[in-house]
Amino acid sequence: MVEQSIFTTITNTSPQVSWNLFDDIAALFHYDFMVHAFEAGTIVAIVAGAIGYFVVLRSSAFAAHALSHIGFAGATGAVVLAVNPIFGLLVFTVGSGIAIGALGNRLRGRDVTIGIVLAWTLGLGVLFISLYTGYATEAYAILFGLILGISANDVIFTLVAGIVTIAALIAIYRPLLFASVDEELAGAKGVPVTALSIGFMAILAVAVTEAVQVVGVLLIFALIVTPAAIAVRFTSRPFVAIATGVVLALAFTWAGLTSAYYSPHPVSFFITSIAFATYVVVRLAEPIGRRLRRKSATAASIQDQQGHTSDA
Amino acid sequence: MQPPAIVARNLAAGYGAHRVWAHADFSIAAGSFTAILGPNGGGKSTLIRTILGLLPPADGQLQVLGEKPRRGNPLIGYIPQRSTFDPELSIRGRDFVSLGVDGHRWGMRLLGAATAAAADASIRSVNAESYADRPIGQLSGGEQQRLLLAQALVGNPRLLLMDEPLSQLDVRNQSLIVQLIGDLKRARELTVLLIAHDVNPLLPHIDHVLYVAQGNVAMGTPEEIITSESLTRIYSTPVEVLKDSRGRVFVVGLEEEVSHPHG
Repeated sequence: MVEQSIFTTITNTSPQVSWNLFDDIAALFHYDFMVHAFEAGTIVAIVAGAIGYFVVLRSSAFAAHALSHIGFAGATGAVVLAVNPIFGLLVFTVGSGIAIGALGNRLRGRDVTIGIVLAWTLGLGVLFISLYTGYATEAYAILFGLILGISANDVIFTLVAGIVTIAALIAIYRPLLFASVDEELAGAKGVPVTALSIGFMAILAVAVTEAVQVVGVLLIFALIVTPAAIAVRFTSRPFVAIATGVVLALAFTWAGLTSAYYSPHPVSFFITSIAFATYVVVRLAEPIGRRLRRKSATAASIQDQQGHTSDA
Repeated sequence: MQPPAIVARNLAAGYGAHRVWAHADFSIAAGSFTAILGPNGGGKSTLIRTILGLLPPADGQLQVLGEKPRRGNPLIGYIPQRSTFDPELSIRGRDFVSLGVDGHRWGMRLLGAATAAAADASIRSVNAESYADRPIGQLSGGEQQRLLLAQALVGNPRLLLMDEPLSQLDVRNQSLIVQLIGDLKRARELTVLLIAHDVNPLLPHIDHVLYVAQGNVAMGTPEEIITSESLTRIYSTPVEVLKDSRGRVFVVGLEEEVSHPHG
């Protein structure tokens, strides 16, 4: 198996970091598998960072997490049927995404319903793993991601799926934002809120499927939720928050890939740890930032009294 | 004389086989201020939703601004019933008001100057400039209500529908918001319909009372409805209407309704 051989190569001989940055970068992209990993990782980070903003805004973090777990059954089922697990993943996440979207955002007990379906599909996944007699690597890759085993074809799939998700997100951007902030009001203004909820979950399902390749179904939070959750703590401008989320997701992915290249430990560990560490630092630094903002707000209000200024 | 803003003829509303109320006949004059009163669960919000076109009439006819109710009518401004925005909601008041301008359009906002100008004018009209750039979830109830009002006013609507805009406010903010709504109504010749629990802050401003209770909708003047007998009958709970030495009217007994809702 190709993935297996790459895996052993890396774990046995980790390259050393030199003090020459150009040499290091050249070494990083010396192997095709690293180039593919960076390509796929970059696309996934952009998609995950952007859609994550809406996941946070709509308080749909659990739904996003559930999508990936439900996808696990699809992926393992595909492995049993000797189909590319990505297609099984896609079918299950999009199917369940549409179902969750149809449940609506306001429904009380929605999370309970999702949880019940989630538990059952994970059980299905366990069955499929036991039916599969080959290597356990496949299941491991689905659960924790195996970005270093990504092929050129996988990169093309990721690129196409990435373009589709971003284009769809741009198309529904304004009404989705409106419905996420105030569903009742958006509905009264003529926004088709239920169709939008279904559409968003379907887009999220495709994004989750892409992200699974990088961090696996268990660690999806690190790329979809964490960057956006950090971003909304910095800014309350929607577009700036999305851009910040994308930058953070890119930083986590690139830093994770680089760290993993120079060490014997898995990429997913580094991506999730860097994301978590950033979140902790931001939360700890927040009280300080708030004090600074209050100071500048006082200064601004003094300025306001001296001469009326407005930013249109 | 302008044609009436809203005309209902034998109107009924309900969900499926369940009728919330029926046989509603009323006409609301353009440029008037109407308070919608009635006990919880009586169908006040259902009436608003029917006028908005979110719920088709179960029976009878309804004309809103001379046409059939339709969802997304730009001539209607709306403030839905809500507690407050989630404190974690990280979006500026200005962005929220802008969504009122063009949030129903597909795609992203490419040239946002016109939208920004419309939002800005609306924010100014409710005197919310000083906090419009702060996250809406972190504002006070009164500030949030002003921004909701700014959102409802974008695009110069003819009709303003508000579902309990005063319920989360303290007494001072209640009268400030009602005063602001009254001023805007006069300046823009708006027709205003407002659902309220506590009628006291509204009494100086309202022209009509529409009460929704026991499966009926009926209209009256404040003088007819705001009496101990009729309010006691509408709410099925003892209500007293008192007059102070300066002739101001106070309704006592409906506060309970707010803190201990039944039905």
